[in-house]
Amino acid sequence: MDWEIILSDALRSGIGPVAAVYALAAIGLNLHFGYTGLLNFGQVAFMLVGAYGVAASVSTFGLSLWVGVLVGLACSVVLALLLGLPTLRLRAEYLAIATIAAGEILRLFYRSSWAEPVTGGVFGLQQFANDFYDVNPIPNDRYGFWLLNFSARDLWALGVAWGLVALMTLLIALLVHSPWGRVIRSIREDEEAVRSLGKSVYAYKLQSLMLGGAIGSLAGMMLAINNQSVNPDSYDPVVTFFLYTLLVLGGAGRVLGPVLGSILFWAILTFFDSLLRQAIDAGVISPTIIAAPEVGAVRFALVGLGLMLLMIFRPQGILGSRKEMLLDVR
Amino acid sequence: MTVRVTRLLVPIVALLLVALAPAAAWAQGEEVPSGPSFLDRALQSLLDGIQFGAIIAITAVGLSLVFGTTHLINFAHGELVTIGAVIAFFLNVTAQGPGWHIIISAVVAVVLGAAFGGVLERVMWRPLRNRGTGLINLFIITIGLSLLLRHVVLVFFGSRPSSYREYDIQQAIDLGPVGITPRDLTITVLSVLVLLGVAFMLQKTRIGTAIRAVSSNRDLAEASGIDVNRVVLVVWILGGGLAALGGVFFGLVEIITWDMGFRLLLLMFAGIILGGLGSAYGAMVGSFVVGIVAQMSSLWFPIDLQHAWALLALIVVLLIRPQGILGQRERVG
Repeated sequence: MDWEIILSDALRSGIGPVAAVYALAAIGLNLHFGYTGLLNFGQVAFMLVGAYGVAASVSTFGLSLWVGVLVGLACSVVLALLLGLPTLRLRAEYLAIATIAAGEILRLFYRSSWAEPVTGGVFGLQQFANDFYDVNPIPNDRYGFWLLNFSARDLWALGVAWGLVALMTLLIALLVHSPWGRVIRSIREDEEAVRSLGKSVYAYKLQSLMLGGAIGSLAGMMLAINNQSVNPDSYDPVVTFFLYTLLVLGGAGRVLGPVLGSILFWAILTFFDSLLRQAIDAGVISPTIIAAPEVGAVRFALVGLGLMLLMIFRPQGILGSRKEMLLDVR
Repeated sequence: MTVRVTRLLVPIVALLLVALAPAAAWAQGEEVPSGPSFLDRALQSLLDGIQFGAIIAITAVGLSLVFGTTHLINFAHGELVTIGAVIAFFLNVTAQGPGWHIIISAVVAVVLGAAFGGVLERVMWRPLRNRGTGLINLFIITIGLSLLLRHVVLVFFGSRPSSYREYDIQQAIDLGPVGITPRDLTITVLSVLVLLGVAFMLQKTRIGTAIRAVSSNRDLAEASGIDVNRVVLVVWILGGGLAALGGVFFGLVEIITWDMGFRLLLLMFAGIILGGLGSAYGAMVGSFVVGIVAQMSSLWFPIDLQHAWALLALIVVLLIRPQGILGQRERVG
């Protein structure tokens, strides 16, 4: 067992582009769940429309990447309106079920043979982010330290992704400490009280859903650009569950909660993954108990167990305060 | 009187929508003489839809009762379905298992599924409720449980779809324009009988009355001497058993996969909301609508979208009648 490899794997994953993308999506989810108390279980749907907004604009319609970004953002706003208008007047459970259903509907539509001319169906779309890599200012070289090594191309994507995370974190920090932020946090605490003060709870919830959804779509775009490909099946409902896990881990309703949560989540997950694989290779764990192809499933099961234990024993996560996480359905 | 009419309006519209397809089919059917006519195909899809709906209904009733009595949306309910199907698979097919006939395996799977439901309530949900864990927290815990159970099943069962040993391939019985295999016919009839049995239990027995009392007003039921914890335990046992039965049925009709329950879960939710959140009868009616919509959509649209249409029906219902077909008109917001 080579501990150096295991630790460097964990570190690479914790600071990697996927961690940045999940942090970005979780920042949007934090606005929904952590600050407004909305149970959005379809954050992955916002990522999907963002990613395909970029990919289809460039690959199918031949537009520029930057127009695609606008298309993706517009799609996420439309989706937020479609989801929010019917369900935000209802009890919290309705939004939860409608959003998870919407995520699955969109995945099925985007992968169907019907939508194939635009979305590429089950094959997805590839090679649409060349505009992004053409403006890379970093000189072509290898950069790295210890066992970590990045090409100029990776570093550019990584830098932009974490830059977006920083930008959105700042935006949320400013927003939640503004009068608008105080209203949405009071909606989470007591909707009736806010209504009695003459605020339109419905309008504020809708705004929160749109803004968080737009941030989620940025995450989807960044994922698509980083991979240079989109595939409907990578936008499975399980992504949203991961987002909840890392958000709860970091601390929901805290500005830095999603960022810290995402870094730790991916570092821990990859640590276990790498550890298990090394242990199997070294013969420490017999392949009859866990074989190498089953490591993926085991790590998903661990995520589920981790989410349960966190929610039972420390629902406020690392940064949160317990008082704030005693939410209830109204 | 006017209130009555508006209350009936949506069920009538729903009925019309269902009737529209065969009607349209009939109109078109006469123009297309070659091949199986559109009418025949429509009737066949209707039959398939009823059969599919019956299986969704069996699984959804438990989910709806749990929601009705505890207000918990159990995201792990789909895994109870998968576990039922997989237990039967191990007893029936695998080399390490006893290789029992599917009927015996199914009975054992249902008993184990019911026991699992009861154990979950006793060791997890009841202690958590007593600790005062909030509903949203419980809700997220069910998501964690769902992820955990699903991937434990994946480790043991593998990702390859499988079938049971018996009744795998059958010749369909020809019933005029439609055909159904003896297996599917038996399963549909059994499903409907089970649903009638659940309805009878809810309506006529003491525990059924208690379940309905707890669903309609928990505090009032507790004050009138009903042991709420016992009622909730019974509901979990019932839900676990029904979910396992639904899982075996689905495995027989379609195929057993490690994520079958999760795929069904969304259709169950659609059925429950369509029928009215928390009402057992609503869950049954809604599930049949979902099954029929899913199967009949393939008359016009690609088959890979049939689940998407059923879920779309859910969002449409939330738009026009959020309390569902049978739900009480109450303030839900």
